[in-house]
Amino acid sequence: MGAANIDRYLELGGYEAVKKCLAQGPDWIVNEMKASNLRGRGGAGFSTGMKWSFVPRQSAKPKYILVNGDESEPGTCKDHLIFLHDPHAVIEGTIIAGLAVGAKTGFIYLRGEYRYLLEITERAVADAYARGFLGKNIFGSEYEFQIITQTGAGAYEVGEESALMESLEGKRGIPRIKPPFPAVVGLYGGPTVINNAETIATVPHVISMGAAAYSGIGTPRNGGTRLFGISGHVERPGVYELPMGYDLKKMIYEVAGGIRGGRKLKAVVPGGSSTPVLLPEEIENLGMDFDQVGKAGSMLGSGGVVVIDDQTCMVEFALRTISFYAHESCGWCIPCREGTDWLKKSLTRFHAGFGAPSDIDNIKYLAENMLGRTFCPLGDAAAMPTIAFVKKFRKEFEDHLNGKPCPFAREGVPQLTVV
Amino acid sequence: MSLTNTRPEPIPVFSPQLAARFDALVEKYPVKRSALVPMLLYAQDEVGYLSDAVVSEIARRIGVTELEVRDVASYYSMLRFKPAGQFNIQVCTNISCMLRGAYDVYERFQEELGVGHKGVTADGLFSLEEVECIGACCWAPAIQVNYDFHDELKPDLVPGILSGYRGQAKTAPRESGAPASQPEGKGPRA
Repeated sequence: MGAANIDRYLELGGYEAVKKCLAQGPDWIVNEMKASNLRGRGGAGFSTGMKWSFVPRQSAKPKYILVNGDESEPGTCKDHLIFLHDPHAVIEGTIIAGLAVGAKTGFIYLRGEYRYLLEITERAVADAYARGFLGKNIFGSEYEFQIITQTGAGAYEVGEESALMESLEGKRGIPRIKPPFPAVVGLYGGPTVINNAETIATVPHVISMGAAAYSGIGTPRNGGTRLFGISGHVERPGVYELPMGYDLKKMIYEVAGGIRGGRKLKAVVPGGSSTPVLLPEEIENLGMDFDQVGKAGSMLGSGGVVVIDDQTCMVEFALRTISFYAHESCGWCIPCREGTDWLKKSLTRFHAGFGAPSDIDNIKYLAENMLGRTFCPLGDAAAMPTIAFVKKFRKEFEDHLNGKPCPFAREGVPQLTVV
Repeated sequence: MSLTNTRPEPIPVFSPQLAARFDALVEKYPVKRSALVPMLLYAQDEVGYLSDAVVSEIARRIGVTELEVRDVASYYSMLRFKPAGQFNIQVCTNISCMLRGAYDVYERFQEELGVGHKGVTADGLFSLEEVECIGACCWAPAIQVNYDFHDELKPDLVPGILSGYRGQAKTAPRESGAPASQPEGKGPRA
């Protein structure tokens, strides 16, 4: 809880980075961010410095900073800890982003379920105002900056950047068609920088350490550390800060204490539920950075590592994954709305033992036809893992055919119900 | 003679505190309508659900139609148009929780309460919901009771959690239930 207290945060060198930025000016900040190789922690892994540099210098409309704390990707709980223990790092990072692009207002949006974290963050914002770190003439300078906190009310889709802006404007969280991109036309029509909460909380550290030192941690083109949330069948699940490129096997077997109960590893979802599943042989010598995980056929995503042991039914796992996306599809575009629903129905039937042999390829065919055909990435997020489940665990799908009971069914455990 | 003179004073929908909070909230943003989603959630926290009166009052305060308010409210999964229990139990069964036994926990809650998904107990004290990821994956299986998190659950811990909330119950549970609670981090995160 320590650094949620403003005095403790100051003791640890807090708010020094923003003072440095006030002295150095916007161009210096953007160049530092570019040189640091910090890549967005929300999932896409885009260069933060590049994103900031896209905001036009002159704008008739006000510019905004929008911090995405709508953390909802299954397997991901890192922002939860950031808001709990380090809300001032988010505030300081938001001010720095504002200085870099010439914005005077920042919004910090937390998912509705995080009410206690919203209260912690609101207290931290109030403390920052009281010290003159926010408001007019911040830190005695000629700059002004205000932060507004906002709560969601339950919607995964709102984590998508344009849907988040819609929600903040008091509407349904339906994504916008791009282009124009938020850097040009964003919140209230003004140029907007939207960053994940972890990315923003990292900014003060990049500035304090200097870009060279920060990019020195991690692997080429993947600067620094990130918060990996390790969950599922490990002995010590938790959120661990590790350098980018950290070996995934070491992460599972050393950091998280190995597979629970001495069982065997069956599969790993490396970056939140939307990232394609990896087999044990695919994670040999796999460094957890955006490029290496991409080469292995998956994505680093949100850093939520879900570890699955050999007693798990992958058909049930696939069904639970797709049930989520079917529930969360906003319903605007047809391939996602109908595709997720159809996949869920097929997998439900399949898991119950009433699947036909042709269903296996049908599920894959359906998912492949969703890929790249939706307005926002939710369709892809549902399709990509589904394709991987079918490709890599085809045998397990076949074992469910012809009315056979699920080979992993446990006594007394009811059939998977669906939200 | 004007009819308005004989009309009774309208019953306030929100407490004076919440009304004052809303007065400040609509001034907070560059655009009034940005207050809509938070207002809906805070109103629900106090009233228990989005009643017709809540919808109409919020529409008036923001300056949009009731239809627009319902259109937005129906999108968000935490918002409801029917009362829940005073303590709304939300059991996450998404992948990280499922792998660590969330369905066993969910089943135990169903047994103890005698209700299923979105059911409310006869005394109005508890309601039960199976929900999607609540962002507590590394402390799974996890639930939320109103806004309180409970981490690393086992079926055997369920009766204790329920009796803890029974002890906090308001003696005359309001029909609409589910007041805002004072949440706090529990378990390994705190």
